[in-house]
Amino acid sequence: MIAVPVETAERRKLVRWLLGISVATVAWVFAYGQLTNFADAAVELLGVSRQTRFGEALHFFFYDSPKVVLLLTGIVFVMGIVQTFFSPERTRAMLSGKREGVGNVLAASLGIVTPFCSCSAVPLFIGFLSAGVPLGVTFSFLISAPMVNEVALVLLFGMFGWKVAALYLVMGLLVAIVAGLVIGKLKMERYLEDWVQKILGGQAAHPAGEAISWNGRFAAGLAHIREIVGRVWPYILAGIALGAGIHGYVPEDFMASFMGKDVWWAVPAAVVLGVPMYTNAAGIIPIVEALIGKGAALGTVLAFMMSVIALSAPEMIILRKALKPPLIATFAGVVACGILLVGYVFNLLL
Amino acid sequence: MKNIKVLGTGCANCRNTVALVETVAREKGVEIVLEKVEDLPSIMGYGVMSTPGVVVDGKVVHAGGVPSRSKVDSWL
Repeated sequence: MIAVPVETAERRKLVRWLLGISVATVAWVFAYGQLTNFADAAVELLGVSRQTRFGEALHFFFYDSPKVVLLLTGIVFVMGIVQTFFSPERTRAMLSGKREGVGNVLAASLGIVTPFCSCSAVPLFIGFLSAGVPLGVTFSFLISAPMVNEVALVLLFGMFGWKVAALYLVMGLLVAIVAGLVIGKLKMERYLEDWVQKILGGQAAHPAGEAISWNGRFAAGLAHIREIVGRVWPYILAGIALGAGIHGYVPEDFMASFMGKDVWWAVPAAVVLGVPMYTNAAGIIPIVEALIGKGAALGTVLAFMMSVIALSAPEMIILRKALKPPLIATFAGVVACGILLVGYVFNLLL
Repeated sequence: MKNIKVLGTGCANCRNTVALVETVAREKGVEIVLEKVEDLPSIMGYGVMSTPGVVVDGKVVHAGGVPSRSKVDSWL
């Protein structure tokens, strides 16, 4: 029996990964260059004229769907790999014992790259606290993680360019950092539910961290695509379909009258409107793009988007299991103020 | 007989984990007692921070995401 040494087998696998990724990258770049042609061809194939409203809506749909899916697949793969370098356990270890201030900045930044699922928000929250991460720092992480995520950034970049994406990144981090600082200053530890306070006395167990090879990291990237794209595509298609409807049927400048720059109450209204809605960045951005095309101000629409993602009612209900109402109200209030500010600043700058 | 607990608040990943453990156990013909722990204080009692987590015979062996098939294999 000739046994292939494990190392050689691993190396072969790695070569296969690298080849596969190179081919996929070339195909990706080519497809990205053909988006307009594809949309033109698809609309023509259906025999609809682009001069009609329906044709314009269809074109929007056939241009945006593949574009969003392509951008998403690319970034989700890369982030799947990046995330193998981070884990909630590692992030917690990095944050424990950090002072407020530095801790808040670090927590908000780690929120971007740490794998996070909103269904484990509460265990994460308590896990952080029990490791000695201050309450305000924990909140910085909890606010930043869903709001400033790779999906939101990439879609903003793809649709509005790097300036808007960068501004969103900076503003999102600022909201998370400042809101965490404020919550920390308010000393609200006593508004944690009693069972949480009891656990904080105990110590947390960690499953041993496993060493991971590059093969494992690439596989994680692929798994991440399956998981994220598999989960969000219905939101994306629904978002794009709604966006296409707005794009084709809502008259030009219609939104300017109540979502424009000069309407001072538009930003707070957008934030309030966003709370009961629950979707993710992938579903909301096509709508954002369509609204802006109709004269809505960018700040107003981004405030709406941040509110939908960061202040969702379902998440509040999950958090209620661990937090008493005054703390939830403070959390919502502080974040809402931050988003309001972001909305006004965007409207002023752009 | 192994006692396996899946810790999770009932999200899709937790259900997938339960299903995976069941399938692997059936395929290998290993008898297990599978329990779902959905109650937050008990989950936190195990010190698990990112769900789903898996506990085999009282020991936390996995946390944060659906485990790979080979990993489940190794527990049984």
